[in-house]
Amino acid sequence: MAIHKGLSLRGIGAKAIDSVLRLGYAARFIARTAASSGTSLRRPRLVIRELYFTGVLSLIIILVSGLFVGMVLGFQGYHTLQTYGSESALGVLVALSLVRELGPVVAALLFASRAGSAMTAEIGLMKATEQLSAMEMMAVDPIARVVAPRFWAGVISMPLLAAMFSAMGIFGGYLVGVVLIGVDEGSFWSQMQSAVDFREDIMNGVIKSVVFGFAVTWISLFEGYDAPPTAEGVSGATTRTVVTSSLAILALDFLLTAFMFRGV
Amino acid sequence: MLLQRMARFWHIAVRRAPRSDCDSTIQPLKSPACGVFPRIARTFAVPDKNIIEIKDVSFAYGKRPILTGINMSIPRGATVAIMGISGSGKTTLLRLIAGVMKANQGEVWVDGQRVNDLDGAGIYRLRRRLGMMFQFGALFTDLSVFDNVAFQMREHTDLPPAMIRDLVMMKLHAVGLRGAHRMMPAELSGGMARRVALARAIALDPMLMLYDEPFTGLDPIAMGVIRNLITELNSALGATSIVVTHDVQEALEVVDYVYYLSKGKMVAHGTPDEFRQTTDPLVRQFVYGEIDGPEAFHYHARPLAEDLRLSAGGDN
Repeated sequence: MAIHKGLSLRGIGAKAIDSVLRLGYAARFIARTAASSGTSLRRPRLVIRELYFTGVLSLIIILVSGLFVGMVLGFQGYHTLQTYGSESALGVLVALSLVRELGPVVAALLFASRAGSAMTAEIGLMKATEQLSAMEMMAVDPIARVVAPRFWAGVISMPLLAAMFSAMGIFGGYLVGVVLIGVDEGSFWSQMQSAVDFREDIMNGVIKSVVFGFAVTWISLFEGYDAPPTAEGVSGATTRTVVTSSLAILALDFLLTAFMFRGV
Repeated sequence: MLLQRMARFWHIAVRRAPRSDCDSTIQPLKSPACGVFPRIARTFAVPDKNIIEIKDVSFAYGKRPILTGINMSIPRGATVAIMGISGSGKTTLLRLIAGVMKANQGEVWVDGQRVNDLDGAGIYRLRRRLGMMFQFGALFTDLSVFDNVAFQMREHTDLPPAMIRDLVMMKLHAVGLRGAHRMMPAELSGGMARRVALARAIALDPMLMLYDEPFTGLDPIAMGVIRNLITELNSALGATSIVVTHDVQEALEVVDYVYYLSKGKMVAHGTPDEFRQTTDPLVRQFVYGEIDGPEAFHYHARPLAEDLRLSAGGDN
């Protein structure tokens, strides 16, 4: 029994040390990626190619989800606001919830499951099929050639996707609120214009989406690069990417919101 | 701006090694010591007789020894096989030569450079003159056959696209796949993929070719094609080749000399004929594929009676 207890204690210790080690690896990994970004700057084509895969190919899911989220907001918002007789504020409600919260957060969650998992699987498989070793054997640094362009593509495309998600959502809210239910179009837009502040609302939303883009891309690339080179390893890494990214997005969102909107 | 500064800082702080003639910013035509014309350099340099010298090398993963006390020397222009059963440490030896891993003990010399002492940049400079063909090709699956072969030329040289196109077509022609240059790796058969990998490995005319299990998993025809290509390319390039393999008959026909590894030790070496006529039981078992002998068929285990619970000791 004593041996068993010792073993499990040791197991907990080993797990704790292991997770701290992995965190350290991840930090060194992102530092190396940032330091090896010279190639991406010199050859922007590499980044543009990845922008297509992470950004453009995520557009459909982002736009469609944005539309539906906005339409649901239209219904729910109208239902609640109508009780207080202030349905003309529907535009403000839809725009603020999207720009401040739902846009960055939902777009980042979708981005993690669409583009993040794809990045992890791709890099994990490149490792498993020795493509990364082959690159190293050709004296080409895989971090500079494969990882860094994907990293910058992720960081750049995330705020753009979040902005398009919000725009599409506002359009959805307009469709339901104005076209379907018949809220006054003038007050829908004019109240939105006067209530949404560029710095307080839009810029903070952009900052959030940049941070989420950084976090999701970092997690995805690290999981892929660190994946055991087997089928099992890659599938495990892909799952971890989605789970860890989603938790990171929500935790970071809480922190950022706490800092940004205090006292407002 | 910040990024540029960070990148510059990285160059100064980490990659402090001086920029050499082989740097990608310099046209290879002006610096024949590297790039696409390494052979010109060889005629001017005073070459050592042996391109590879391995002196008393040992390597271990943690406490598990993989290689112990390996000595080897490979003359320029030779084709040499490193053979042994799976897990005998031959791929590890190949990795030590390419500087992927460093020996715990002993010295590895490649082309007059001590690999143990090289830093990251030095190893990359050395690797530009190595070509390696991986076991299953390791082609970049997101690039076409053409782009795979052009990869190193684009990364390491400033050659104009027209010249790259000509060079790639010549390399593909050498392996008989000029017509397949538009195909993607997923569309190729195993043998074709291996040939593209070969074309990619010789893209920059390496001085040393490393083949990791080039015959594994190929049909007899593809195997014959690869075997021929190894011989032909070796004489055409004037390169040295190291073939790591356990396909005995194929290898014995291709190479000039054979090193045999067993359990991380160099147990025999000689010419292919010496290997065919050997009386050493360990080598005989390998060359003629006898299932039991010095390399035991059974993995180390308790006595059978114990595992079948037929004796007093086997009750757990």
